[in-house]
Amino acid sequence: MLSSTADKLFWMARYTERAENLARMLDVNYRMSLFPQGPQGLTQGWNALLAISDLLGEFRKRHAETTPEDALAFFAFDHSNPSSIVSCWRAVRENARAVRGAITAEAWETVNSTWLELRNMEANITGGGEIGNFFEWVKYRSHLMRGVLRSTMLRDEAHHFIWLGTYLERADNTARILDVKYHTLLPRGENVGGAADYYQWSALLNSVAAFEIYRKVYRDVITPRRVAELLILRDDMPRSLNHCIRQTYFHLQAVRNHHSAETERRTGEFEASLHFGRIEDIFEVGLHEYLMRFLERVNDLGERVAQDFLVWVPN
Amino acid sequence: MALSHTPYDEMHASDGVRAHYRAFADWLKKAPPERLQRKRDEADTLFHRVGITFAVYGEAAGTERLIPFDIVPRIIPADEWQQLAAGLKQRVRALNAFTKDIYHDQEILRAGKVPKEEVLNNAQYRPEMQGIKVPNDIYAHIAGIDVVRAGKGEFYVLEDNLRVPSGVSYMIEDRKMMMRLFPELFARHSVAPVEHYPDLLLDNLRSVAPSGVNDPVVVVLTPGAYNSAYFEHAFLAQQMGVELVEGADLFVKDDSVYMRTTRGPQRVDVIYRRIDDDFLDPLAFRADSMLGVPGLLAAYRAGRVTVANAIGTGVADDKSIYPYVPDMIRFYLGEEPLLNNVPTYILRRKEDLAYTLAHLAELVVKEVHGAGGYGMLIGPAASKEELSAFRERILAAPQKYIAQPTLSLSACPTFVASGLAPRHIDLRPFVLSGRDIKLVPGGLTRVALREGSLVVNSSQGGGTKDTWVLER
Repeated sequence: MLSSTADKLFWMARYTERAENLARMLDVNYRMSLFPQGPQGLTQGWNALLAISDLLGEFRKRHAETTPEDALAFFAFDHSNPSSIVSCWRAVRENARAVRGAITAEAWETVNSTWLELRNMEANITGGGEIGNFFEWVKYRSHLMRGVLRSTMLRDEAHHFIWLGTYLERADNTARILDVKYHTLLPRGENVGGAADYYQWSALLNSVAAFEIYRKVYRDVITPRRVAELLILRDDMPRSLNHCIRQTYFHLQAVRNHHSAETERRTGEFEASLHFGRIEDIFEVGLHEYLMRFLERVNDLGERVAQDFLVWVPN
Repeated sequence: MALSHTPYDEMHASDGVRAHYRAFADWLKKAPPERLQRKRDEADTLFHRVGITFAVYGEAAGTERLIPFDIVPRIIPADEWQQLAAGLKQRVRALNAFTKDIYHDQEILRAGKVPKEEVLNNAQYRPEMQGIKVPNDIYAHIAGIDVVRAGKGEFYVLEDNLRVPSGVSYMIEDRKMMMRLFPELFARHSVAPVEHYPDLLLDNLRSVAPSGVNDPVVVVLTPGAYNSAYFEHAFLAQQMGVELVEGADLFVKDDSVYMRTTRGPQRVDVIYRRIDDDFLDPLAFRADSMLGVPGLLAAYRAGRVTVANAIGTGVADDKSIYPYVPDMIRFYLGEEPLLNNVPTYILRRKEDLAYTLAHLAELVVKEVHGAGGYGMLIGPAASKEELSAFRERILAAPQKYIAQPTLSLSACPTFVASGLAPRHIDLRPFVLSGRDIKLVPGGLTRVALREGSLVVNSSQGGGTKDTWVLER
């Protein structure tokens, strides 16, 4: 497969996943902001989200203060914010359009109709009530996209690069969601059991579709440690870091070429560290430190994949 | 020749509906108008969803428009098609022979059938191609010949497109759309299929691979996603199951062309290029081209890769060469032309210029190197001011123009805002030349949607129709 095609498929998948996770985070933040809390708490939540997305600086260029309305608009519909939902989907569509021969007609039509609908919604969303539906819609378009890809694409290189992109992006996003929420919640989180805490923690779990899973797995009250364990180490939890890196490793092996050995080795090592990791050890290092290190490694993998496969150097 | 009197109506004769349209007219009469409207809306939605759009140059970046699709098909009876197809094959054979000749022995120039300076001083003539042997002596592997009808059995070739003719994807998509919207119509008519065009194209491209290559690798070379015909490039690559590449995906090493893949370099044997000559190779042609492949011409000259269409075909479809095509047919094939040429005044000739200026209001004036309906004057439709402005342009550089009488293009009933009304149409059949010469029945029918307009180009508000060649 052409390196440039693989590159576009990889990014098509990454942006689809990114838009979804952004919608998840925004949805949770939006819901949490509906619970009684002081204006300070409200601002804090949005600032934390801006910070974890590395967008606080960009946002400050546009707005001196953080209001929920401005933050929502910035994350969802701002075309000048390259990480907004609408920008992500523009990138999905541009990448898909450039490789429409490499994906199935059904996959392309899913991308294209999502983009057309998105432009339409963007013009029509006015009040806060509709924004929740919008996030919901973004999530489901992402589900639809993955479903179409899974059930129509040949299991060839195109397939593997798409899923490589999906899981690397998801690993990154889950780590960020966990980090930001964990730290805004923790001051009160150790004192579990209060009603507010319950809603906050359940919102976090909901944002990664893990609330029911938590219930099923632990059959017990929600504790920060278990939340972290579920989202980091459980290999049967489809959005956990362990699961994402394991899938990354699998798809990487499938596209192996003569200069990807080192990338494969590092991914295997990474996967093993998650597979055999213990939550006690993670907390000993400190969760935030652990997650920062994790993000560095994901970033390193992304760069190495680009070098080995996507950016082609003649030899 | 039929000059601007009442145009030939494809569907209706003076004594009622023409035989080959009867079954359709019958169906149309019984079809509830709401259903037709619903189907037309459905077609729009589907074309949008599938992204069958084109970009318009000069409009805001990224503007994508639909080409309007009309649900009334253009129907051609079997006998008329046979006549047309024979004429098209003949013409393309002669054009290929001409192109070979002007880059080798130049017999036609020495015989004085075509003026030497018209060819050798033509900006589209590529001296780099002199003496280069190309597989099967084929230059125009894919030709789009624009044909109009003036009367029954009376077809005229308007122009030959031998560089990178486009539109074939619309031919196929229009057929798919008609079958989807009105499957019952295809049960009533035996319409010759066109959907196998990509198969024929792939076979054709493989048949002209450099000699000695057993299993040739074919690619489609596109200028990129912002090109107006990008949809078609992607469509053809996908339908043929070959890679769609941009210049940056290819490189030349030791006179061979390779593409950059995730598993290392892969050899490329045939390039179906949808980029103009000028942009193909920055080392040989325009140095500022970001679209091409440095060294491609050298690989081509070394016979290591086939470029389709060949470099330098532009001279054969130039409007200044067009008037000589009937003579080419006689010269190379020893046959009389089966299709008419439109009489053409060549304005670099003094007497033609004088005639044209005296009859400007009756003529169509075209830029010799223009394409896409840009920069042309339609005398009968032009205002006084437009005529005098164009007169100045001609006088400033007469060699840049040709003039032709206004043909009365045939008209076909078409859905417009006020209902069904006749609109002018043309036809672009696609002729494939390789081991042999083939074409799918029909082609792309373009329709001028504005009342009275003769301009069918999509960039100028033209639409398309499905084209049916009846098998009996």
